[in-house]
Amino acid sequence: MDSIISAASVVAAGLAIGLAAIGPGIGQGNAAGQAVEGIARQPEAENKIRGVLLLSLAFMEALTIYGLVVALVLLFANPFAG
Amino acid sequence: MYPDNFYSSTFTLLAETEVGKHFYWNIAGFLVHGQVLIVIWFVFAIVLTFAFLGSRNVEQIPRGWQNFMECVLDFVSDIAKNQLGESFYREWVPFVGTLFLFIFGCNWAGAIVPWKLIELSEGELSAPTNDINTTVALALLTSLAYFYAGLSKKGLGYFKRYIQPLPLLLPINILEDFTKPLSLSFRLFGNVLADEITVSVLTGLVPLVIPLPIMCLGIFAGSVQALIFSTLAAAYIAEALE
Repeated sequence: MDSIISAASVVAAGLAIGLAAIGPGIGQGNAAGQAVEGIARQPEAENKIRGVLLLSLAFMEALTIYGLVVALVLLFANPFAG
Repeated sequence: MYPDNFYSSTFTLLAETEVGKHFYWNIAGFLVHGQVLIVIWFVFAIVLTFAFLGSRNVEQIPRGWQNFMECVLDFVSDIAKNQLGESFYREWVPFVGTLFLFIFGCNWAGAIVPWKLIELSEGELSAPTNDINTTVALALLTSLAYFYAGLSKKGLGYFKRYIQPLPLLLPINILEDFTKPLSLSFRLFGNVLADEITVSVLTGLVPLVIPLPIMCLGIFAGSVQALIFSTLAAAYIAEALE
């Protein structure tokens, strides 16, 4: 592999994960905070809140995972490696 | 991926991850990934055994395996019922339930069974869902399922949904049909592969104890991803039916 291409791919892979983690990080923090608030207000609804929270956390996590998939493609299946 | 001396350690042997190397079989001119098929057959065998044990002698008052499998059935039909509603869910329980049990079985088979003890000439045995082909196949099945659901319920009137609420939104509605399987397959594939890579990288750094919480997280994430995949499949079908 051309050294400039491999360097650019590694940098891009790092950026792909790092940038993709920002938004979901904020979102997951918000969701978890609100869930804790909800449980504090209504402890009897804890089980339902936990279920919904886990499901929505996994959806947000998926956004980072898309970044991860891009990073994996760049590292292991680089289309520009020639 | 690692320096050579890592490969000789028995600790790290159990957690190696190879990306992009496959154990190819040539079946009727098609190259297939043998390592994925082997584990898929293993999962089939496990799920079938459970189903067989649960329905071998059905009693009025469930005991043992039958009890357990009825719990499982309740769980998967709840997934379908929550999305599809009381009146439509019954005919989609088999599809949604199969998706859930298969993905769950695949993720757990990859996370729990020490496959790395079995040596292959190339590639390695691991969760079948860490191969993008498996997840894309499952996602395309889901696409076919919701098209079938919509077309069988409304006939050609199903396509009216593409120009609702505005004809202006037609391109976005069409795009959605492509992004749905894309996001379904990438989500499952990325999560499972990410878990395996995290475990193998951590094991490479500290072989003892430290990777254990991540392994447990992998087992947990595997079950949550199975739940999400089947929930989303049911939600897409419900969207096509409404």
